[in-house]
Amino acid sequence: MDVTAILYALLVLGALGLVFGIVLGIADKKFFVPADERVERIRACLPGANCGACGFAGCDAYADAVASGKVLPNCCPVGGSAAACAIGDVIGCAVEVSEPVRARVLCQGTTTEAVQKYEYDGYKSCRAAIGIAGGPKQCKFSCVGLGDCAAACPFDAITMRDGIANIDEGLCVGCGVCVDVCPRNVIKLLPIMKNQVIVRCRNTDSGREARAVCKKVCIACGRCEKACKFDAIKVIDGCAVIDQQKCTRCNECVAVCPTKCITVGS
Amino acid sequence: MMPALEGFNSFGDILLFMVACVLSNNFIFSRYLGICPFLGVSSKVETAVGMGMAVTFVMGLASLFTWMVYYWLLVPLNLAYLDTISFILVIASLVQFVEMFLKKSVPSLYKALGIYLPLITTNCAVLGVTVLNVSGSYDVLKSVFNGVFGALGFLLAIVLMAGVRERLETSDVPKPLRGFAISFIIAGLMSVAFLGFVGLVK
Repeated sequence: MDVTAILYALLVLGALGLVFGIVLGIADKKFFVPADERVERIRACLPGANCGACGFAGCDAYADAVASGKVLPNCCPVGGSAAACAIGDVIGCAVEVSEPVRARVLCQGTTTEAVQKYEYDGYKSCRAAIGIAGGPKQCKFSCVGLGDCAAACPFDAITMRDGIANIDEGLCVGCGVCVDVCPRNVIKLLPIMKNQVIVRCRNTDSGREARAVCKKVCIACGRCEKACKFDAIKVIDGCAVIDQQKCTRCNECVAVCPTKCITVGS
Repeated sequence: MMPALEGFNSFGDILLFMVACVLSNNFIFSRYLGICPFLGVSSKVETAVGMGMAVTFVMGLASLFTWMVYYWLLVPLNLAYLDTISFILVIASLVQFVEMFLKKSVPSLYKALGIYLPLITTNCAVLGVTVLNVSGSYDVLKSVFNGVFGALGFLLAIVLMAGVRERLETSDVPKPLRGFAISFIIAGLMSVAFLGFVGLVK
């Protein structure tokens, strides 16, 4: 074996690599395209969960769109006001901050409270189940309880307990993915407030019909309306609705509600 | 010392060679090269066309440049056994260079080829065609034709596959076969169909 042959091979390959390296190095300088460095900085302000709540394919796509001026920087509900302000600093514009929200399940129809229509033993999906005689619970406004929202939640904030969805407020960021996926519209995004009073029912049936399907149902009796000194709670279309602006969280309505469908906090 | 190179003698030769490259010696269906992009990027016709165009572009250029490196550098220095490793070097640098060049000079083409360009750096069909050129001792024209028309055969295969897979989306495939399993079965059936072209040339 000739040593020079090995040296030749080394030399030729090394030279080839060196030449290509130099050519690429020159090309990099010569064909340099100034990329929008703001995209990277905007991307750094975003949470990076790629949940799609902003309406784009992911955080990168959203950062791209913001940098090119197609959308405003306040569309990320997950990053909230902090992210919006940070992005605003990057692209140099003032940001109107939307109120931070959290998802709430407006139903308390657990397996013990709500009346079952039938035993559902099919594919574990709310959207599949409501196709069969309107779902396994009598109440047609209730949480179906098969966990489409829990499966969809990008932050693992939802767990299914006793046949209804429970949202962990610490984990929820208010992206609204669950709101879109729920076939019953039983999840709502509500502004974050301490000791918030919530009517945890959406049943608009008349009192007798409502009572027949669930123990913790709004029967539209109107006692809360009378008890409220601030004109904040109204029975509209057979279900109590709270005006959060007027509500002073005195909890009078919570005390008088005969079916305990008004609750404080989560 | 240059080895005797095989080239085209007549126009009929060229036509025959094109048909052989696209149909009977199809890279996917008879040589089983470039299967990863064939299965990975064939879920939509649009992206499949993008991938096919990028492969055509790179395979043509790679054939030319590896031919030059092989016959002008490696053969005169008696280093022909370094072909594979130096071809990898050439192809990788070439793709990088072309990407930079397109980004600056032809942004529209860069957008169209987009992410597919860097993806083909490690495509075995690209390396395969360069090695085949050398082992067949093709001359420079025949090498480039082999690259371009071999890649067009790849384009044909991936677009056909994408068309089938788009229709597959809405069809009732048995659960265990969904996804890649049925894709492999289809690829096999298409390969058998392409076997029919084998007798066409020689």
